[in-house]
Amino acid sequence: MKVYIRSAACVSPQNTFEGDNFLTDIIESTGTRLKAVDPDYKQFIDPKQMRRMSHVIKMGIAAAKSCLDQAGVQEPDAIITGTAFGCMEDTVTFITRIVEQDEEMLPPTAFIQSTHNTVAAQIALMLKCHNYNNTFVHKGISFESAMFDAMMMLNEGDAGNILVGGTEEMVDASFKVLTRLGLYKRQPISNLSLYEGQSKGTIGGEGAVFFLVSDKYSPSNLAELTALKTLYKPASIEDSIIDFLKSNGLNIDDIDLIITGRNGDTKNDEIYLTLGNSIFNNKPIANYKHLCGEYPTSSSFALWLAGNIIKKGIIPEVVKQNVFSSFSPKKVLIYNHYQAKYHSLMLVSAL
Amino acid sequence: MSSSVYIAGVGVISAIGNNVAENLASLKNEHAGMADITQMETIYKGVLPVAEVKLSNEELADRSGLPANISRTALLSGVAAKEALADADIPDFKQWRSGFVSANSVGGMDKSEDFYLDFFKDNNKGKLRNIFDHECGSMTELVADQIGVSDFMSTVSTACSSSANAIFYGARLIKNDVLDIVIAGGTDSLTKFTLNGFNTLMILDKEFCKPFDENREGLNLGEGSGYVVLVSEKVAQTLKKQPYCKLSGYNNSNDAYHQTASSPDGTGSYLAMQGALKKSGLQTTDISYINLHGTGTPNNDSAEGTAIKRLFEKDFPPMSSTKSYTGHTLGASGGIEAVYSVLAIANKLIYPNLRFETKMEELPFEPVKELRKDQDIKHVMSNSFGFGGNCTSLIFSRI
Repeated sequence: MKVYIRSAACVSPQNTFEGDNFLTDIIESTGTRLKAVDPDYKQFIDPKQMRRMSHVIKMGIAAAKSCLDQAGVQEPDAIITGTAFGCMEDTVTFITRIVEQDEEMLPPTAFIQSTHNTVAAQIALMLKCHNYNNTFVHKGISFESAMFDAMMMLNEGDAGNILVGGTEEMVDASFKVLTRLGLYKRQPISNLSLYEGQSKGTIGGEGAVFFLVSDKYSPSNLAELTALKTLYKPASIEDSIIDFLKSNGLNIDDIDLIITGRNGDTKNDEIYLTLGNSIFNNKPIANYKHLCGEYPTSSSFALWLAGNIIKKGIIPEVVKQNVFSSFSPKKVLIYNHYQAKYHSLMLVSAL
Repeated sequence: MSSSVYIAGVGVISAIGNNVAENLASLKNEHAGMADITQMETIYKGVLPVAEVKLSNEELADRSGLPANISRTALLSGVAAKEALADADIPDFKQWRSGFVSANSVGGMDKSEDFYLDFFKDNNKGKLRNIFDHECGSMTELVADQIGVSDFMSTVSTACSSSANAIFYGARLIKNDVLDIVIAGGTDSLTKFTLNGFNTLMILDKEFCKPFDENREGLNLGEGSGYVVLVSEKVAQTLKKQPYCKLSGYNNSNDAYHQTASSPDGTGSYLAMQGALKKSGLQTTDISYINLHGTGTPNNDSAEGTAIKRLFEKDFPPMSSTKSYTGHTLGASGGIEAVYSVLAIANKLIYPNLRFETKMEELPFEPVKELRKDQDIKHVMSNSFGFGGNCTSLIFSRI
């Protein structure tokens, strides 16, 4: 059984949602937070319903709907999302009102849209889709958990087309708290200079990326998602990567391109530099977090990137870490870690 | 893919007991756990009854081995997960691939609320250690570290069906040969966030709740945690005692009707129960007992009841809502009720639906009113339905 990516749609701080350009029209931003470029939501959502929807719900529905439209699928056999923080905007709204109004006369809307499964639920509601619907909320591997669920389900033969997404919204309150926790840089920086110099912290980001995955081959598929693995505090990530490739009958020489989760934080990036001097030595390497920012489900952006690189046979200049001449990669390894605790590996192959 | 998944251990903490033995005793003695609020500062103290776990955070910390200053949600989880793993008593636990799949609805919200009181006045204030573990996944991670599971971890959050989906996912991790052992279930502590949230929906009963009663007026919120230890056939063969039962069926369907309300005919509930039966290869007449979602809200019980009426037609199995004991423990309810379902099989019991007085006019059946002992219980269906139309049914089967 193979898992294919039929289509992908990406709302991000770059122009990734519409148009034919593939990361050629780059948005540069100076600060410590990248905000998503909002699509014209009216194309996807009834304006009456839209008024009450938070940013993450709108981003999620637009990405999900676009993904289904691209594949020409009306009703997926399952809808699975991953999000670490869930619906922050509604959560913060409701908690603020509890404090402000001393628990009295509270309106219910923010509360009912605050549950972590709201995006998946709203997609089901919009599609009138009664099929399997699940939401994973495990920190930096929320998206991977969702995708792993889809891969198992295809393996079980219980579904043919599964909509899987990673969503995260950044609101002022969470940006402030995460800044105080030391996640972001103390000084504004251009996202395009994220990897220059050594300093503590990264830049925040957000987005919604959806994929339609299937076990059916079609020449129009973007790519094959050959394998996915999550690891918690592995003893040696180098050994884990070698084992992961080996279990897929490969070694590092078979990998044409590596996409890493480098985020500009000296400590975070140590492992990528170490690997750059060992198994990733002399390999073409690409990075992506200068484009979408760091957030718990950013690996969904990386998978969108890998799928498009393979399908289009182009490696956009803006993602290249080292100098290498252009080629069409057939096997791409995505390696990301979240705060050095959670590591994930995704192997993406040409059809 | 056809291999069976066995339940080798159970652990639970709720308003009716701090461990499995205490919960079972309360279920038999018809002892409900609702009372006035004591653990939370809220204007609803003395106004709305809730089903609190009768231990302080310090006492929970003592029992779980976790520090007392973390979220009560993690502390409750720690107590129940530790009990479940000890109960399973798996020889050479470390030689197997093990995972912890836990669920909750609002993560470390109890601590975040404390943080927010200061943060709200000044964004540079508020103790960071109170917000550090806000994420749902942190609850799982804290407990996984404590019980020594690191091969695999994940967290599910689908509102009130969360832990049923965690158990479902855990079973599939075993069936797909990803893991040999999964501790699966969920946890939630009471928070001002959820209490106020449900209060805005005007579905909280000011008296003790009356699930499936014609005169029901809403739910009581509760807290707690429940886990089952799922094992593969291979692990089951090494156990010192026989597993309790099998997880034979499961299904997750979506009502796709409204963000919070259930459809009048209970479409999602119907599809979940029907799908679980299909998965297990069972007929409606095979079900010996239904542990209802049965929150006590007019909407839920009407939708769930209608779905049962449609699916089971004339042969209605005995059924009851144990939320009449524990209140609605939200993200923990599927875990706690999975444990009660397993215990129903192991102890040949059908629990009563407390405080039931008047049959619902729209339904041709009523729940069980008194404890039934020495029952021939082969298959138990456990329902968990939640916001977002998320409906999940599990079926536990005697071996």
